[in-house]
Amino acid sequence: MTSAQTLSTRPVRRDRRDWTGWTFVGPFMIVFALVFIAPVIYSIYLSFFQDQLVGGNSFVWFDNYAQALGDPKFWDALGRVTLFLVVQVPIMLVLALAAAMAIDSARLHFSGVFRISIFLPYAVPAVVATLMWGFIYGDRFGLVGNINDAFGISIPDPLSNSWILLAIGNIVTWEFVGYNMLIFYAALRVIPTELYEAAELDGAGAFRVIRSIKLPSIKGAVVIATIFSIIGSFQLFNEPNILQTIAPNAISSYFTPNMYAYNLSFAGQQYNYSAAIAIIMGLATMIIAYVVQLSGSRKDA
Amino acid sequence: MSASTVQATAASTRPTQGRPRFARSTTSRGRKSIWLTIIMCVMLVYSLLPLFWLIVNSSKTQESLFSSFGLWFSGDFALFDNIAQVLTYHDGEFVRWLGNTVLYVVVGAGGATFLATLAGYGLAKFDFPGRKGVFAVILGAVAVPGTALAVPTFLMFSEMGLTNTGWSIIIPSLISPFGLYLVWTYASEAIPTEILEAARVDGAGEMRTFFTISMRLLAPGFITVLLFTMVATWNNYFLPLIMLSESTWYPLTVGLNQWNAQASTAGGEAIYNLVITGSLLTIVPIVIAFLFMQRYWQSGLTTGSVK
Repeated sequence: MTSAQTLSTRPVRRDRRDWTGWTFVGPFMIVFALVFIAPVIYSIYLSFFQDQLVGGNSFVWFDNYAQALGDPKFWDALGRVTLFLVVQVPIMLVLALAAAMAIDSARLHFSGVFRISIFLPYAVPAVVATLMWGFIYGDRFGLVGNINDAFGISIPDPLSNSWILLAIGNIVTWEFVGYNMLIFYAALRVIPTELYEAAELDGAGAFRVIRSIKLPSIKGAVVIATIFSIIGSFQLFNEPNILQTIAPNAISSYFTPNMYAYNLSFAGQQYNYSAAIAIIMGLATMIIAYVVQLSGSRKDA
Repeated sequence: MSASTVQATAASTRPTQGRPRFARSTTSRGRKSIWLTIIMCVMLVYSLLPLFWLIVNSSKTQESLFSSFGLWFSGDFALFDNIAQVLTYHDGEFVRWLGNTVLYVVVGAGGATFLATLAGYGLAKFDFPGRKGVFAVILGAVAVPGTALAVPTFLMFSEMGLTNTGWSIIIPSLISPFGLYLVWTYASEAIPTEILEAARVDGAGEMRTFFTISMRLLAPGFITVLLFTMVATWNNYFLPLIMLSESTWYPLTVGLNQWNAQASTAGGEAIYNLVITGSLLTIVPIVIAFLFMQRYWQSGLTTGSVK
């Protein structure tokens, strides 16, 4: 953590140092301690115990972690979200970036309509988005069924084993492309005009401006959007959990690490093991987010 | 997320460096491109098509759902029948869930926005013992997957007797690290320290200064945070799914999913037309709030920070 560094470079001017600030920060911190810090500590505590029929609750050091690392179901789930991450996140972010640049370029008719319409799906609850797309995917009264009937063909069932991950990727992309677009757009809006004027004097073309001015200027926003997308992929739960109702054969109880942890806890009462898996996933997310952030903040990156 | 990312973003979005909003539309590069517009229309259709599907199919009876083409209206226009059925099905449980959702949004998102604004302002404008610690802990928390906390939070709340009550949804909703971060960067830029000093010289208390002067300057940041916390609370699914086992306290999201799951349980009645119409009713309020508030949150995002 490099917070000290940041604090010293931020333009915070204060003429006194006393406890007044706590009257503002205090209420947040009290609730924060209850819903963030306490569960983290409790989770770590739980992960070091095992509850057995014989012998009751006992301290087992890292046994739960060792069990998780040797559990094929856990690796299966982790592999699936990693594949999801590697494919879905780049597609979504490139689409979002392209849309943001198009809207910012001032060369688009009705850019305001595009901005609000593409962002709109973000307001749709994951439950509604998944139900909606799930129906559309369906072959009974969905669009896939209509297309099959109309052309007398049979396009691959999006809810089958081999296509389900793609189907989920499409739902997630639909939900969040506008959100990421808005992040990029906000960063593009504040690029100083002088930079564009200088580029124009130099006779730089549109793609040169994108490569040399726009992309470097919004690097911070790209890094943040990437980190949040990685966290989102590793936490994948809502969409597969809801789709499970209509595609029970394609989505197992350990489809993603989060679904596995959830099902261990609430279907199997294995709280300790579930806590260990949640912590491993938390650590993995933090490490990857940190690596992305490091590579993003390199000068030449 | 670590601090230098934050720093990079905060620096790149500092309003003083910004250009006027319409600066570039008058330059030679402002020529409109029809091709770009057409390409973007594809994306527009992708974004809106499922919503159009939802509206069309909300107007169909259960029978015509199965017998008609998905992207156009057919048969009787049953939208109002469907709405009436949604509102009265199972003694009007949908209305109950709607009330719950509104309660969670008003108390949860409202409270979260208020706490985040207070704390973000405190971090931006005051130096106090432990400030660096607060800062580090909150940044660390942003990187912790929210769902990793779900099981321990459930067990804790269960021992405190809070599960199966509205509190189990409201209390965790009160914290928005992202909201805090947004207000913090926004307040650093939007509130000149001189104003606060002037107020102090005049003898105004810190709280009074906050409510009479600072809140006004923070309004766009506040609205932006409110919008994001509202969406998060209205759309919350995982937390209520874990905390609530009885439908009395369900929000709309969990309720709708239960209606949908009903079709695949033994002896359950399939009510697809109600699930679809209920989905439409669920998104209407949040979409209206979105459009209504866009004037404010767009300025809050561009002049403050992004994340």
